[in-house]
Amino acid sequence: MIRSTKDFWAGLIYLFFGSTAVIVARDYDMGTALKMGPAYFPTVLGWLLMAVGGLALIRAFMSSDAPLGALAWKKLFLIVGSTILFGLILRRAGLIVAVPLLVLTSGMASRHFRWIPTVGLAGGLTAFCIFVFLKGLGVPIPVIGPWFGG
Amino acid sequence: MDLIANLSLGLQTALTLGNLFYCLIGVFLGTLIGVLPGLGPTATIAMLLPLTFTLPPISSLIMLAGIYYGSQYGGSTTSILVNLPGEAASVVTTLDGYQMARQGRAGVALATSALGSFFAGTVATFLIAGFGPPLAAIALTFGPAEYFSLMVLGLVASMVLAHGSLLHAAGMALLGLLLGLIGTDVTSGAQRFTFDIPYLADGIGFVTVAMGVFGLGEIIRNLESEATRSVIVAQITNLMPTREDFKRIVPPILRGTAIGSALGILPGSGSILGAFAAYSIEKKVSKNAAQFGRGAIEGVAAPESANNAGAQTSFIPMLTLGIPSNPVMALMIGAMIIQGIQPGPSVITEQPALFWGIVVSMWIGNLILVILNLPLIGLWVRLIMVPYQLLYPAILVFTGIGVFSLNNSEFDIYVMALFGFLGYVLLKLGCEPAPMLLAFILGPLMEEYLRRAMLLSRGDPWVFIRRPISATLLAMAALALCAVLLPSFSRTREEAFKE
Repeated sequence: MIRSTKDFWAGLIYLFFGSTAVIVARDYDMGTALKMGPAYFPTVLGWLLMAVGGLALIRAFMSSDAPLGALAWKKLFLIVGSTILFGLILRRAGLIVAVPLLVLTSGMASRHFRWIPTVGLAGGLTAFCIFVFLKGLGVPIPVIGPWFGG
Repeated sequence: MDLIANLSLGLQTALTLGNLFYCLIGVFLGTLIGVLPGLGPTATIAMLLPLTFTLPPISSLIMLAGIYYGSQYGGSTTSILVNLPGEAASVVTTLDGYQMARQGRAGVALATSALGSFFAGTVATFLIAGFGPPLAAIALTFGPAEYFSLMVLGLVASMVLAHGSLLHAAGMALLGLLLGLIGTDVTSGAQRFTFDIPYLADGIGFVTVAMGVFGLGEIIRNLESEATRSVIVAQITNLMPTREDFKRIVPPILRGTAIGSALGILPGSGSILGAFAAYSIEKKVSKNAAQFGRGAIEGVAAPESANNAGAQTSFIPMLTLGIPSNPVMALMIGAMIIQGIQPGPSVITEQPALFWGIVVSMWIGNLILVILNLPLIGLWVRLIMVPYQLLYPAILVFTGIGVFSLNNSEFDIYVMALFGFLGYVLLKLGCEPAPMLLAFILGPLMEEYLRRAMLLSRGDPWVFIRRPISATLLAMAALALCAVLLPSFSRTREEAFKE
């Protein structure tokens, strides 16, 4: 019976990263304590992290903790997804498309989302970014990207 | 005297028109983001770091430092007027500050916080000036074994001071160390954990990780519990504390400054812990203990002095040892490296103008903050009213473009998104990200020092115990760990974080 879901999931995450480190590091040279190879330090850390993960799992069954609150999946998806989308289209569609799209898609994650102020914000931010980042600081992003013949 | 000569060199550096201007920009921006809840100094400095590449090194560091301590000033404004902490370090200020505002004493609370912060900032500046050079002189004698042990102590301290369970703090630190190793191994040239992705050959950038965890992760968490804000826009007329007030705030400011300065040097979230500790100690020793939580002016003076003192003394390990004590300092180190300055104990002797310029600029910055803050209070109040739903999309746009401009590569945007996801999930699981970020920076350094120490000792691991300074540092780390594992201490620790 799992009594602390937080410890349980955190323990699994530690075990995953720890074991990945140890397994991947097997391809590298271990070396000796005198002359440590690239595998030495990560292997030690990986085992330690797995030990912490094991302890967290044991604790998950031993003592109970405040229950894990529901993850806000929709907001998580909107924020992370809109950021990835921004990266995907930034240089292809250009800043003039990417910034408003990021503002609008991420803006929908708010409980207080309304179209008119958000569209206004998108317009203002696009102008600001073109002026400050592209013209002022010379960040190499096209205003209008190749998708739109820029 | 040496100190006077050094301070006058600092004064000359900090008072040039350009540096004064960047100091002003820094503290202004710092106050601004401090006032805005949901936008912290780590995310802001990470966002602005790419913009400082073109500045002279001293100006860029003066500005970034100003953002950090300026945010401590701004955070209290929001705490007092809205009952929402503008900054993590001003959480406790909400307890009595907001109550004072409800009683029509918002102006006095704001003035108390500004005066306390200024006093604390002045003392902390002199502490840096006084302790910096001798500490750096000791650090110059350090070999790889001492550096390794010092980093172990730093990591352990950040774990002990982290919020929540020690086990998770240890897990986060180990995870951070491992993530820091991604990329090319400097000694052997081997590509580690790159999974044949060419972008990973140089590793993951710290700024990218910080923006993901502190920018994106925090946004998602803030959106979870969007509260409606009610600002007390009561007329802030009377700023001056009365004579009676003055008498009451002097001792808490002195105690808060002392506690904050001491805790600020420790790795982890020193200024946050300092504010908590100062508040709870004040509550124990104050004559007006019964009034705490109901608008006691001491409850504003003590934590506000402590968090500002802590923010400033946290520069000591960074400036003298080249080791960051918190994510903001890690970013400052990143800024130094970008500018071609190797952080470490030799900075003071090799770049005296830089070190003393920063130290003096902190004092000037504190002075600007006092002068700037109280008259501008109307502007800050209007800023607090900016609804979060219009603020966070703007933060996303700036972080997105900022992270892209680091390497002119979309890959960093994807990594940032991934760490935003990871950061949010870990926060929900009760794992605080601060030890992970610190470990992320220290990972490759620790490995290097470990290797060198072992090579010098011909593979004998006892070298860490045989060298006295190294042994002392490790003993301190062990002691700190044992102390947390003791039941009585862990209870106090829980209480300290709960309040």
